[in-house]
Amino acid sequence: MTQTLLSISDVTKAYPGVIANDAVSFDIREGEVHALLGENGAGKSTLVKMIYGLVKPDSGSMSLRGAPFAPANPSAARAAGVAMVFQHFSLFDALSVAENVALGMEHPPPLRTLATRIREVSETYGLPLDPGRLTGDLSAGERQRVEIIRCLLQEPRLLIMDEPTSVLTPQEVEILFETLRRLASEGVAILYISHKLEEIRALCDHATILRQGRNVGTCTPRETSARAMAEMMVGSTFATPARTAHAPGEVALEVEELSLPAPSAFGTALKSIGFTVRQGEILGIGGVAGNGQDELLAALSGEITTNAPTVRLHGAPAGHLGPAERRRRGLLTAPEERLGHAAAPDMTLTENALLTGADREGLLARGFVRWRAARAFAEAVIARFDVRTPGPETAARALSGGNLQKFVIGREVLQRPEVFVVNQPTWGVDAAAAAAIRQALLDLAAEGTAILCISQDLDELMEISDRFAALNEGRLSPARPAAGLSVEEIGLMMGGAHDMEVAHV
Amino acid sequence: MGAIDPALLLAALVVAATPILLAALGELVVERAGVLNLGVEGMMITGAICGFAVAVNTGSPAIGFVAAAAGGAVLALLFALLTQLALANQVASGLALTLFGLGLSSLLGQGYVGIKPPPTPRLDLGPLSDIPFLGRVVFSHDLMVYLALALVAAIWAMLKYTRAGLILRAVGENHDAAHALGYRVVRVRVLAILFGGACAGLGGAYISLIRVPQWTEGMTAGAGWIALALVVFASWKAGRVLLGAWLFGGVTVLQLNLQAAGLAIPVEYLSMSPYLITILVLVIMSADKSRAPASLGRIFHASQ
Repeated sequence: MTQTLLSISDVTKAYPGVIANDAVSFDIREGEVHALLGENGAGKSTLVKMIYGLVKPDSGSMSLRGAPFAPANPSAARAAGVAMVFQHFSLFDALSVAENVALGMEHPPPLRTLATRIREVSETYGLPLDPGRLTGDLSAGERQRVEIIRCLLQEPRLLIMDEPTSVLTPQEVEILFETLRRLASEGVAILYISHKLEEIRALCDHATILRQGRNVGTCTPRETSARAMAEMMVGSTFATPARTAHAPGEVALEVEELSLPAPSAFGTALKSIGFTVRQGEILGIGGVAGNGQDELLAALSGEITTNAPTVRLHGAPAGHLGPAERRRRGLLTAPEERLGHAAAPDMTLTENALLTGADREGLLARGFVRWRAARAFAEAVIARFDVRTPGPETAARALSGGNLQKFVIGREVLQRPEVFVVNQPTWGVDAAAAAAIRQALLDLAAEGTAILCISQDLDELMEISDRFAALNEGRLSPARPAAGLSVEEIGLMMGGAHDMEVAHV
Repeated sequence: MGAIDPALLLAALVVAATPILLAALGELVVERAGVLNLGVEGMMITGAICGFAVAVNTGSPAIGFVAAAAGGAVLALLFALLTQLALANQVASGLALTLFGLGLSSLLGQGYVGIKPPPTPRLDLGPLSDIPFLGRVVFSHDLMVYLALALVAAIWAMLKYTRAGLILRAVGENHDAAHALGYRVVRVRVLAILFGGACAGLGGAYISLIRVPQWTEGMTAGAGWIALALVVFASWKAGRVLLGAWLFGGVTVLQLNLQAAGLAIPVEYLSMSPYLITILVLVIMSADKSRAPASLGRIFHASQ
């Protein structure tokens, strides 16, 4: 099975102001798992959208099994045997599983027949799924099964997977890999996009690396170290975060019996959460997205207030305080969603710096804004955290994800927090910027700040945390020392594989 | 009170309900596609004058109704251009459409005040109309009444059982995902908006050609707004829209009869009762878990 399935030659696509793909060429063979690597904005998404018919290339050509391949729309791509699992799920919450599957098919059978086929395929591949359930009620792992089964029902020859594992527990990832290996052995080619280099080393046969829209090289992931691949993606070497040993101080943040009802229909209720964080210590909180991370952050930042004694800052009750008062007392937060939560998209960096730094940095005088001081503060963040931007008067929206993330983290770090709560500090950030952010967190802890880091990136948590706990359906596991925790133990803390099982072969 | 004949009352109820039923059904389809068109009132009154003028000039109410649907759809096309191609705000565009429709209709209707339109015949259902009571209530109406009822069933079945309905709901639920799967979000929405306009136009013409029947400025008198409220409180379900329309029509007819019977309640209270009661009942009915289409009112722009 070494026949070439899809051949891409000299494909170029430009958007106003940016060349997304610049003469990219590579081949995918039948039955191989081919990784597509690159930083954010390297052009991976544009490339797969062209293969799936969502975007037309400006020049260059593709061929499928030797025949010219230029899908005008996704239906044409699906008819040619290309299926895609999207990074942001392309599911409809208010529709049933079967209806969601039907929407992704060219000629779906009647719903009742389709439901039977969904059951059959999900049995065969060990991905149990009830076709009658409403998609909005499913867990992230189950939602992904809907996407995968939607693809499998079309018997694809090429399956494109865009960051499929970001929402799965390690056990679920292993089961997904079993399914993918089985598909590959049946001759299906898989184009696999991920940031998680260790996963790519475990799964993929070949890797093509994109940087700034160009194909900058290929490698065999099994024989290449994750670090070497990361450096190929970034195009330069970068420092691994280094931690210095120091003894933790007194308890700075204490949470006890924190319970909250779900704030919205598809939200998660928090169930008697308790933990402590000491000065100079980093507590890592792992867990699959949607298990209460956002709610926990809101309860800690003060966006949702609770009974006074459930959250204690330096021993003083703080659960009833709003965000501004908590900031004044030294508890700063950096939420996950950069645009719209951590930063106001259409306001300038200076204005955004002012929004959280006004009090602690003394940027107000008798109710008037001290613009010069605010600008100086924004400039300090930009300089210290190497934020690539024309200047502090740029709108937050105009920054790339990684740069804005450096800005929102840096803005809090420079305010010398005593307790710092951060959710997904390096989500969607390239390897070099991620390393810089992690180093900043480690430095902050070394200076005595108590840090609570919520993240779905387990490698990151293992790299920086002193202790580790996992959120699962709104419950927090007891915290354990991070050093020496195995992936299996972490997976079990995160709730294991839910009800998935390995494919029956 | 004894002067009120229940058969007559029920028959009048069905007639009174038909205009808002038609308009609400159109808006239901539009909103299920994820578009909020607040211009229903404007499209209704435009349909009312277009239908009236054409029926008077041709002498055929049937052609009048076709013209009314076309008039409503043309006005809706304006809304579609603004919101789907120029990506204008839907609320502002919808309000503008209502104001524009009201103004346009008074301009068009200048020569038609005080004229009687050609009468619309009752559908001849032969012996069925002679059944006592039932014949009077159910089998003695014009074609539009039955058309509106058929439309309820057709829209319900279309949304529930057909692929077209599934795609329409998908577009209204998550337009980004629908786009990613290759569905033409804008095309689906434009078609839905045109359908909504045509339905509102028919509803308006039903007022000017059958219910009243004559032309006066602003004669829809808020029926478009009631239709909008009906869609929301009916939880975007065709069957409940029908119930709401009947309820509104029923209370309207009843209060008119009560006024005629000289009940000792001020007329103002009686006149407001249909609006109050309909909204009250529908608010109670909409207390279940069903929710609005998730993309309702959001602007779709196919980025990359």
